[in-house]
Amino acid sequence: MYRYVIRRLLTLIPILLGIIFLVLFIMSFTPGDPASLLLGQDAPEEAIVQLNTELGYYDPLLVKYAKYIWNALHGDFGLSYRTQKPVFSEIIIRFPVTLKLAFYSVILTAIIGIPLGIISAVKKYKPIDMVCTSCAMVFASLPRFWLGLLLILLFSVELKLLPSNGVGTWKHFVLPVFTLAAPTAANILRLTRSTMLETIRQDYVRTARAKGASERLIIFRHELKNALLPVITSLGVEFGVLLGGAILIETVFSMPGISTLMITSIRMKDTPQVTASIIFFAILVCITMLLVDLIYALIDPRIRSKYIK
Amino acid sequence: MNNEIKNKLLEIRNLKVVYETDLDTIYAVNGISFELDKGQTLGIVGETGAGKTTTALSILRLLPQDIGKITEGNIIFEGEDLTLVSESMMRKIRGEKISMIFQDPMTSLNPVLSIERQLLEALELHNTQNRDKNQLKARVDEMLELVGIPKNRKHEYPHQFSGGMKQRVVIAMALACNPLLIIADEPTTALDVTIQAQVLSMMKELKEKLGMSMILITHDLGIVAETCDKVAVMYAGEIIESGSIEDIFGREKHHPYTVGLFGSIPNLEIETPRLSPIDGLMPDPTNLPSGCKFHPRCPEAMEICSEELPPIIEYGSHTIVCHKFKKEGGVNEKN
Repeated sequence: MYRYVIRRLLTLIPILLGIIFLVLFIMSFTPGDPASLLLGQDAPEEAIVQLNTELGYYDPLLVKYAKYIWNALHGDFGLSYRTQKPVFSEIIIRFPVTLKLAFYSVILTAIIGIPLGIISAVKKYKPIDMVCTSCAMVFASLPRFWLGLLLILLFSVELKLLPSNGVGTWKHFVLPVFTLAAPTAANILRLTRSTMLETIRQDYVRTARAKGASERLIIFRHELKNALLPVITSLGVEFGVLLGGAILIETVFSMPGISTLMITSIRMKDTPQVTASIIFFAILVCITMLLVDLIYALIDPRIRSKYIK
Repeated sequence: MNNEIKNKLLEIRNLKVVYETDLDTIYAVNGISFELDKGQTLGIVGETGAGKTTTALSILRLLPQDIGKITEGNIIFEGEDLTLVSESMMRKIRGEKISMIFQDPMTSLNPVLSIERQLLEALELHNTQNRDKNQLKARVDEMLELVGIPKNRKHEYPHQFSGGMKQRVVIAMALACNPLLIIADEPTTALDVTIQAQVLSMMKELKEKLGMSMILITHDLGIVAETCDKVAVMYAGEIIESGSIEDIFGREKHHPYTVGLFGSIPNLEIETPRLSPIDGLMPDPTNLPSGCKFHPRCPEAMEICSEELPPIIEYGSHTIVCHKFKKEGGVNEKN
């Protein structure tokens, strides 16, 4: 097991090398140079050139890449052009907001999506299934930012019940978390329903029935454990998506998370900050996937036996 | 006479089962009747799609929900009509009085539960003697030993067992509560030949040891000859010939379909370059032929076969449903 975890963590290295290359590659195509943004349009030409040279802006891509990797190996990810502070200090300050947002959303997704998916599958084609699947269809196809705007209109502007921006209290999280969770919960509901329907047809469910097991026992002991495997993977993937995909939501609800930081940094051509944020996300997503795989092994003995001798 | 009634365990009368979907109605079982005494083994043989499994599933009322329906007939088990009892009563019967061994051991065990858990479940569900957990666990060990699986492997999961071992586990599970009747639905089809023999002789031995009755569904006549007391040959949802093992394997007269079944077994002593199958396919169960359902494939079909339902001809315990034997006497009964 430990060997497996270590092996998985080692695969992070090539992933990160690739990501850093991609980010630098894409940033090199974007118009504008950091110095003119930092010093302003009116700054003298020589100052701009000098600052750009200092920042390594004129270096060829591969040189930039090599320099970045070399510095990163020494723990130096650079200073933000914008704030002149180490990039990770900014990320660490803003991370809790994004993490909370994604974490609450995944929890809400699971709480709504899984039970309703089970009910839908068990009561297939009955009215309650129709209601669940139609609602799921609607929420899955709504764009998140639009749903967020509608919720702000209703709950903040009209009813004045919940705040529309900021992160002060738990109330500030209600709307963004719901906005983030609604489409994912809809997807999880549909996935749970279909995997449940898949397991309901399995031979071992018939065996359980032939033993005289009650419907409840069949659902909870025999079907659920098998049906939840793909759902857990999907929840893990969704968590990764929510961490990064909160970009629009953090913007809509003006929350000071990593996503808003990233957007500002991209606008300012703050390459060190953008790269660091993306690296941070990549590590988070990889660790999430690793955790998902470990949970998998916990549930499915077939996978467990691959790792533990 | 009285004794005979007491000995009767299961009686099926004119059972009809259909599968109804939005598009079609499939006539899977069309009026079959048979009886089974305590301690007897009945073999049901026939091609794939003859309605053997459907018959077995209807006895336990495990037909696919919303689709499979028993439209007519009675299933009388220990004097009680199983088509009428409540679902909760049925749950008590399943696994405790009647249990079933399914065709494919690879898929009939739950992959995420340990063998012990799955065996224990059957015992817990029918714990009529109020045994405590340790006693139940001891029973699990006992059952595993009975089917020849070392008890220290009980914490393992289905994927760690071979096919033959899995089928042994399934058998142990079916026998755990000492049922009166075991329905074995092609228990050896998914296994290779050497394991087949092992599993079969084990089942036969256990059946005799524990004094159970058995319905053995198979398409292998060799297995029937070895294990059964009675045989019913099914075709297109009907029993077209039935009788004791001597009737089927010893007597001269047979339904042309049974003749075809025997004819399709290659003879080891005569060199045959080709197998001799029965020509044609099983009729479409949504649109069954008129008259005798076998007439389109029957080498001896007469004009009357497509027009009238064949009579039931009885020679003692041996029954043949065919026009061919009408003139030759036997007890006639209109179908």
